[in-house]
Amino acid sequence: MNDWGYVALAWGVTAVVLVAYALWVILRGRAMSRRLPPEDRRWM
Amino acid sequence: MTSVPTATAPSAPDAAPPAVGPIGTGSRGTRILGLVALVGIAVATYLALVSSPPDENMGDSVRIIYIHVPIVVVAYVGCLITTLGSVMVLWKKSVWWDVTAAASAEIAMVTTALTLVIGMAWARPTWGVWWVWDARLTSTAMLLLLLLGYLAVRRIPAETSTRSRRAAIVGVLLLPNVIVVNRSVTWWRSLHQDTTILNTLQPKIHDQMAFALYFAIPVALVIFAWLLVHRWRLAWMEQQLEDRELDQAISDRRAEAAGERAEDGQR
Amino acid sequence: MFRDALLVAGKDLRIELRSRIGVNQILPFAFLVLLLFAFALDPDSGVLDRATPGLFWLAVLFSALLAIQRAFAIEAADGNRDGLRLSGLDPAGIYLGKMTAIFTQLAVLELVLGIGVLVLYSSHVTGWALMVATCVAATAGIAAAGTLYGVVAAGLRVRETLLPLLLLPVLSPVLIGSVRAFEAARNGNPGEGWPWVGLLAVFAVAYTIFGAFGFGPLLEES
Repeated sequence: MNDWGYVALAWGVTAVVLVAYALWVILRGRAMSRRLPPEDRRWM
Repeated sequence: MTSVPTATAPSAPDAAPPAVGPIGTGSRGTRILGLVALVGIAVATYLALVSSPPDENMGDSVRIIYIHVPIVVVAYVGCLITTLGSVMVLWKKSVWWDVTAAASAEIAMVTTALTLVIGMAWARPTWGVWWVWDARLTSTAMLLLLLLGYLAVRRIPAETSTRSRRAAIVGVLLLPNVIVVNRSVTWWRSLHQDTTILNTLQPKIHDQMAFALYFAIPVALVIFAWLLVHRWRLAWMEQQLEDRELDQAISDRRAEAAGERAEDGQR
Repeated sequence: MFRDALLVAGKDLRIELRSRIGVNQILPFAFLVLLLFAFALDPDSGVLDRATPGLFWLAVLFSALLAIQRAFAIEAADGNRDGLRLSGLDPAGIYLGKMTAIFTQLAVLELVLGIGVLVLYSSHVTGWALMVATCVAATAGIAAAGTLYGVVAAGLRVRETLLPLLLLPVLSPVLIGSVRAFEAARNGNPGEGWPWVGLLAVFAVAYTIFGAFGFGPLLEES
């Protein structure tokens, strides 16, 4: 595997991990706020 | 004639309330942040992968550094915020900082793990091995473990105040521990004259490469901010839910006890 | 504060003398670790001999985990924690007392283990002063950090798995320093070892101070 292969590996893993984590946070956020009454959903 | 009092049905916390408040953790602020992040990512990617030249020594694998450094910066910033937040929890008993410390720690953990993987992807073409026991890599691995420890304390089944305090003690020591471990490992490895490895870690940076690198760092920090806001709101809601369920359980018990007393009174 | 510390240390050590868990279980465990290392590293290949300082301190570290778990397990029974809190003893004193008790037990362990290592691994010993100083400083550090993280994990169902995860990364500088110092002592150039003792001492002092202050908030909860 030449240099670009490893570049692709590094960038690819980064993209996948960050996107997956972001999605996980957002989807859990939506599920959580459905279980709470409106007044408890935000700090302010 | 005895009458059996009807027990009031407790409202199930899982029943979906009418959806009037915001659903999810998004807001105008996060949408703006997200947009800025996406634009930044696009530009940074172009700079890193297309417009900047390959390094004379490392070749194209230098492009990995353009994400490696920003990600590790995010990890350190996250770590710093967690320590800071833990100090505030112990000092001012601040709930806001408690949530911040927790959210920041998780992001720091993800990015630290990511740093190690990215680092390994860079090490392989550069040195021919996936891993070396040099100071930086070893300390980063330790940082990951320290963060996992902190996150484990955050998940203990205990009252919120207990959990916050214990986590805060661990959190306050997070940054000092990282520094002590880093210093010890560096001192230790320096005895083995790892200078050749250290040299390849400081490549000579030309203008375009420097620009690609230094542009990527703020972009990564914007991504971090976006993630932090969302994760913060999520953590806040998790806490709210836990408190509500606790209150619910307590009032259920009270209703039970009151029902029993009423029964006894009737007889 | 020191009076309270002596009170708590005395209590813990008396419990140990009566139950003899340290002698009957933790010490054998330490020897078991030494034996397992010999099985894993093949005494004939010379690796065992070179690795002796490291193996000694690893055995100490793993045994310390058991000793610390034990120190807080004795408090978990019969509402001892509430008893401690309501007793009016100075939290810093309680911390120092527990730390002293753990230090004492570990010191005894290291003494016996050291003899065992000399015998089992046919080690030669030079640089006594350096080694003793290393033991004192490293053990103080282990006891100080161990008592603090021990109380963070105390009383929880997950404490057996949480304590190692929390404590071992924190103690890695102690491991590095103590092994390097022992190696310097063995190689006959103690000058290289004393700086590491300095690191160990700073670590121990820092954690003792932080532990004394941090113990209060940790104790004051249900």
